Amino acid sequence: MIPRALHPPRSDSRRRTALIALAAALALMLLAAPLATADLLTPESGPSPNANAIDSLYKIVLYVAIAIFVVVEGTLLWSLVKYRARRGGPEAAQIHGNTPLELGWTVGAALILVVLTAVTFIYLGDVQNPPDSGPGGVAESVEVATIDQPDPPGGRDAALEIDVNGQQFVWRYDYPNGMFDYHELVVPIDTTVVLSLTASDVIHSWWIPKLGGKMDAVPGYVNKTWFKVTEPGVFQGQCAELCGSGHADMRARVRAVQPEQYTAYLERHERELEQSREGLAEQREQREQSQSEIQ
Amino acid sequence: MATTDHAAARGLRPEVVMHGPAQEPKGWLAWLTTTDHKRIGIMYFVATFVFFILGGVEALIMRLQLAQPSGTLVSPETYNGLVSMHGTTMIFLFVVPVMAAFGNYMVPLMIGARDMAFPRLNALSFWLLAFGGVAFYASIFFEPPQAGWTSYTPLSDDAYLPSGGIDAWIFLVHLTGLSSLVGAINFVATIHNMRAPGMSWGRMPLFVWSILVYSYLLIAALPAIGAAVTMLLTDRHFGTAFFDPTAGGDPMLWQHLFWFFGHPEVYIMVLPAFGIISEVLPVFARKPIFGYKAIAASTVAIAFLGLLVWAHHMFTTPTSTVVLIFFMLSSFAIAVPTGIKIFNWIATLWRGSIVFKTPLYFAAALPALFVIGGISGVMLAIFPIDWQLHDSYFVVAHLHYVLFGGAVFGIFAGIYYWFPKMTGRMLSEGAGKLSFWVMFVGFNLTFLVQHSAGLSGMPRRIYDYGEDLAVTDYNLISTIGSFLLGFGILISVVNFLHGYRRGRVAGNDPWHGNTLEWFVQSPPPVNNFDVVPRIRSVEPMKDIRREVAKASEPAGTVAQPVASGT
Repeated sequence: MIPRALHPPRSDSRRRTALIALAAALALMLLAAPLATADLLTPESGPSPNANAIDSLYKIVLYVAIAIFVVVEGTLLWSLVKYRARRGGPEAAQIHGNTPLELGWTVGAALILVVLTAVTFIYLGDVQNPPDSGPGGVAESVEVATIDQPDPPGGRDAALEIDVNGQQFVWRYDYPNGMFDYHELVVPIDTTVVLSLTASDVIHSWWIPKLGGKMDAVPGYVNKTWFKVTEPGVFQGQCAELCGSGHADMRARVRAVQPEQYTAYLERHERELEQSREGLAEQREQREQSQSEIQ
Repeated sequence: MATTDHAAARGLRPEVVMHGPAQEPKGWLAWLTTTDHKRIGIMYFVATFVFFILGGVEALIMRLQLAQPSGTLVSPETYNGLVSMHGTTMIFLFVVPVMAAFGNYMVPLMIGARDMAFPRLNALSFWLLAFGGVAFYASIFFEPPQAGWTSYTPLSDDAYLPSGGIDAWIFLVHLTGLSSLVGAINFVATIHNMRAPGMSWGRMPLFVWSILVYSYLLIAALPAIGAAVTMLLTDRHFGTAFFDPTAGGDPMLWQHLFWFFGHPEVYIMVLPAFGIISEVLPVFARKPIFGYKAIAASTVAIAFLGLLVWAHHMFTTPTSTVVLIFFMLSSFAIAVPTGIKIFNWIATLWRGSIVFKTPLYFAAALPALFVIGGISGVMLAIFPIDWQLHDSYFVVAHLHYVLFGGAVFGIFAGIYYWFPKMTGRMLSEGAGKLSFWVMFVGFNLTFLVQHSAGLSGMPRRIYDYGEDLAVTDYNLISTIGSFLLGFGILISVVNFLHGYRRGRVAGNDPWHGNTLEWFVQSPPPVNNFDVVPRIRSVEPMKDIRREVAKASEPAGTVAQPVASGT
């Protein structure tokens, strides 16, 4: 009485070969997994402790994930292969459920999530809270207000606070001494840099992958994030929130330099800024003069 | 007697008016004026698949643009338009309404009803959807919306996107929202009131459970977005400033309202697909569904928890840590009922006698792929990790594993499963399986590498990426995969069109189904059931087949004990 559509296939061998090949491919993938986790499957990290803390937390979660993935896919594939209909094979077992088993995997799943919650709380502080600047940092040489710290500003462990303002389609960096720049953010190494993010038109998102997670720059709000670079280098990133036609070209660049270079940079830049200001003032005066002459 | 008095007052004698039988319209007019749930269901299928193909073509253009760095195929503005059209089309015009297509066609048949509770309202649902789609797609003739399917403010405000594209998007949300709302009320009324005698809640097919929960979720979530887009419309044109920070408004309000709808929307899309495979797997494993009550209960649990997780889309916004922790934990909680479902499906296959037909391939692929989307979902729920992954290609990969690997593979399982019922004809098994493998390989090729692209720092919604980002290889693989995926879908579409005309005649019950739709002819007659059988279990067709077998056995053998122990 079985309808024609349901007849088991005549030849199993071809499918069996295909399934074995599939299982082999899966096994190969699993073998490749530890290799792959080196970089292919993990977030960017290295120069900053917050990015490193995210990376460590991510790796723990990834190992749990791989274990779950292997168990679920393995059981599924095994069930499909082992219990395929065959002529003269066993009839399907008419099972409607199994309460202890079902309760077991419900509790099991919940327990895994409890573990993940605990691990997250362990790493959360390292990701979220800016540490003190190192002994070589320059934070104390600049007048800054600390975040979350009762110490008077300018202490050795203070952080360097920089205001970052997202605008279609550039970032504006405002340094504590009143200097600003659109080109790149220059920071001293070994110094905790706290960014106060906002935007003046639409929502943007600050993201330098190697320097930790992203934070949105929302007009009307100030959002905070931080990083602390240990080695000099240039770190690229870009806006991560769709902000208009130039979204893909809204790059962000952080250049970490030695503390001496940083102070020199600030001084030079300040001088340049002053010069251009003076130049502008001169031009304006000239223009006003010539205008008054005309009148 | 009220009518007599009334008639007497007007000097008329009460009389019984007899109408002649109304002339049934024929041809295209029959489709235009129909209130038959099956015809409306078919129209839903055709319309949503047209939008599916449009959305797919948009995706392929994007993939071509991204195949190499410095692509010049489309301008940044066009790319942002494609991003917005693709997302909006797939969500509002394909996945959500195609579930209504299944629901329309199958729910009355599965519960033993002769139509939906409100047939005309049902037709209204379809036409609102159709006109919503037309209003939206008309924007390609002037300027399509460019703010993504999420239309975040202030970008979507008239100061930054003054063209009518955003307005077209607002009208689409309103029209399809009304369509879904009216449809949801219809499903709720139908399922609550029109079930066959004996079909208690515990005997209702799991697909019907999922459509019931889908409907309640729509009713709960849609008003939020309806309000939000109305506020956006008045912000754009009538001088209000709900979302405008320069005039005291708050752009974060948009995100809260949007995601209060947007996250339940994910479960609106995926729960019916879960329902479909909960019907398909037991039929082809020749085994009852494992843990019926657990699956039905977890559907309800997922829907309830789904209303409490919206801000996990907003982990990078200025939000206090306590709120972040709450939304992380509520998102974790959803993993439990979802895990229960996956384990139950696997247990359904375990010790079965699995018949490898095309619907089973698609149905078995759903848990296999959804697990990946579920695992990456838990990763994204951990907000410190989300700070790295948010708005990157990792999220693009995650949402496609959930919505394509979950919902779309479920949709294809459902079409291959119910096509014989809807058309009376079988689809080609060879083409179906070929389509499955091409889609499966293409899908994984497209989206698996996107996890890595995101981890390397590639944000989503960019029309171009730098060579220094080191994501060129990932993007090339992804583009190749996407065309393979498109080709796989094309095979299925050809299979559907060919099967509709020339497929082998199916008969009433080609798969040995469990549920009531297999009791009627294929395709079902206008009134569905001449006699509605009494329901005694969750698998009424098994009972009916057993009774038929018993009745057709020669007298005398019936009363004897059966040695085989069946």
